[in-house]
Parts: sequence; C-alpha cells; structure tokens
Amino acid sequence: MTAESGWVWMYGVADDDLGAFADSVAGVGGSPPRMVTAARLTAIVGDVGDREYGAAALRRNLEDLDWLARTARAHHAVLEAVADRGPVVPMRLATLFASDAGVTGTLQERADDFHGALSLVSARSEWGVKAHAVKPAESAPAPPVAGREGPATGPGAAYLHRRRAQLTASKDARQEALASARTVYAELGRFAVSSRLYPPQEPGLAGQSAPMVLNAAYLVADERAGEFAAAIADLTARHRFVQLTLTGPWPAYSFVGEGDGPGPR
Amino acid sequence: MTQGSLTPTESPSLSSAGSISGPQPANLGDILERVLDKGIVIAGDIKVNLLDIELLTIKLRLVIASLDTASQVGINWWQSDPWLSADAANGSGRRALEEENRQLHSRIKALEARSRDDG
Repeated sequence: MTAESGWVWMYGVADDDLGAFADSVAGVGGSPPRMVTAARLTAIVGDVGDREYGAAALRRNLEDLDWLARTARAHHAVLEAVADRGPVVPMRLATLFASDAGVTGTLQERADDFHGALSLVSARSEWGVKAHAVKPAESAPAPPVAGREGPATGPGAAYLHRRRAQLTASKDARQEALASARTVYAELGRFAVSSRLYPPQEPGLAGQSAPMVLNAAYLVADERAGEFAAAIADLTARHRFVQLTLTGPWPAYSFVGEGDGPGPR
Repeated sequence: MTQGSLTPTESPSLSSAGSISGPQPANLGDILERVLDKGIVIAGDIKVNLLDIELLTIKLRLVIASLDTASQVGINWWQSDPWLSADAANGSGRRALEEENRQLHSRIKALEARSRDDG
C-alpha cells in the first residue's frame, strides 16, 4: 500500500441481478458507486482517496462531525438507491478494502452469509418507530383543594398541594407513556417478521424536547407495510400519552448484523 | 403521526424534500444510529475502532443539542429535569425538591409565627 493509492469503500451486497442503478447518486467522497460481482453476489463499492480515507485520515475525519454527517448521508443514499432496486445487505460505515480483490475475496468467503441475509431481507423493509412521551401541560389548573384536610390551610399549604398534584400528574403521565410504549412495541410486532429495540435517543438529538420512550425497528414484509402503518395510526388514537413517529422504509440495517444468524431458520 | 411514506416503494430521499405528501429526508440521528451501530461488519483492510465512534456520537448529541434549544437553557437541561431523566429524579432532581421542601417549611414556619404574633 503506497501513500498515493486509493481505497475501495464497500456500501453493501446485493444479488447479482441488481442491474444498473441510480447513476445520479453521488457516493462517498463524490465518487460514483460501481459494482463488483462474485459468487452470484454484487458488491456496491466506490473509489476513495487515501488522503481522506486512509487509516490515519479516517480516524481523524470520523472525529469531524460535519465530515461524519456528510459521509453517513452519502453511504445511506447509495444504499437507499440500491434498496429501491432489490434486497441489499448494508455494510457498517467505513468498510474499506485496498483493492477489488479484497472485495471479491470477501464475497466468496462469506457467500453463504450474504445469500442468507439477502433472502431474509428480500421483499421486506425496515421501519423505524419512535414514541415520545407527551408531557402534561404545566399550566393545567390544579385540582380544587379541600380546605379541611389539615391544620395548615394558608397559601403555603395550597402551594404544596398544587405542587404535589403536579408531580403526581407528571409521574402518572411518565408511567402511562412507558406502559404505552411497551404495548405499542408488542402490538406492532404482530405485523413484523422481526423487531429490534434501540436505546432511546437523548432529547435534543432530533430536535425533540420530549423524552423518547420507545426507539424500535421492525422488519416488515412489503405487502404488509400498509397494515403496519394503519396499526400505528390506530395505536396513536388509543394512546394519548405518547406521540408516535414512523420512519422508513430503510434498507434493513438493523437485521443483518452479527448475532442475527445468516438467514431465516 | 407519521414522518415516512406509507408505501414501501417510496423511500425518503433528499430529492423529495419539500413535497408536502412525500416522505421527509431521514434525520441524521436515525441515520448515524444505523450506519455506525448496525449493518454487517466485515473485516476490511482498514481497522476502525467503533468504540471511538461511540465517544463521537456522545459529542454529536452535545453539538446538536447546542445548536438546538439547549443553547438557550443550558446544554444539560434534560439531565436536571426530573421528568425527563430517571437519574435526575434520583439524584440532583430529588436534591432540588428536598431543597424546595426545606425552604417551604421554613416559609410556613415564618408565616405561622407571624399569624401568632398578629393574633
């Protein structure tokens, strides 16, 4: 490996009948994606320069949030374009080879894993479902306080009563939201082949101020996507302490990783 | 309330942003969650320590938060709100409530003492 050489960035693996896809998609580093075929599989790859993507540069650049955001979006955009054409097994970000030979070798060595994963995600898509707790209005009128509960009936006591009622309402709303999240997660599972739970995102990460109580991904057969969305609408109507957000369809990032097995059993 | 398209043939992409009925571009947090933590792991020719990236996402949260509302109310506002954070409810949030309680008690005492003096 010399300093002038470039690297081959691997986006994902598809079937070998993928065909031409999305010439319009600019890949990572602006380099148009291309295909490497072996073992009845197509790797979607791109050529990137050593100056920006070599080991040392990569480590440095991953610490640069603008660079990371740009690169993650480019990686994702290519995978989306491929997913529009057929099943795809996404690689984790920054999977790099010195040459096409390394890509070919990987396709051959792990052909069974890739074929298994492709059949798992074929005609299926990943959908994200997030639930945010709906915070009870701070300005809600306090429940009337009976004046004969105790010896202290002055404004201080009234404040304490009101404050306690507010805290109780908050706590109840939080409990309700968590219970709703569990129900939603389970009920949506009935429409899915498989599901995964992510840790809730920090408030503020997505410009949302309400706490997230559910962050899940579902692998749903494309023919059931309509039912899945209808179920979310139904759950939204029934659970007032959570606000549900559906994202997708995503390439099946969450269902091809380690520990998921090579395919359906 | 849905963000994405309900038909699986459409996919969220930047090109469809701005269309009212069309899907919205996926948000960065959702993308990073997937491309950094999920997807198949292949030993390529460059080794990247993903633990480094985990640290990085923590920084990312702070940066996004700082660009957002947090700049107005302090970057760790959610950590100190007992409703937003279970930890806070058991830690600083409870301490704040205890302090508030203490102040209220002394205020009530003072009021009671004054009403005794008046009466």
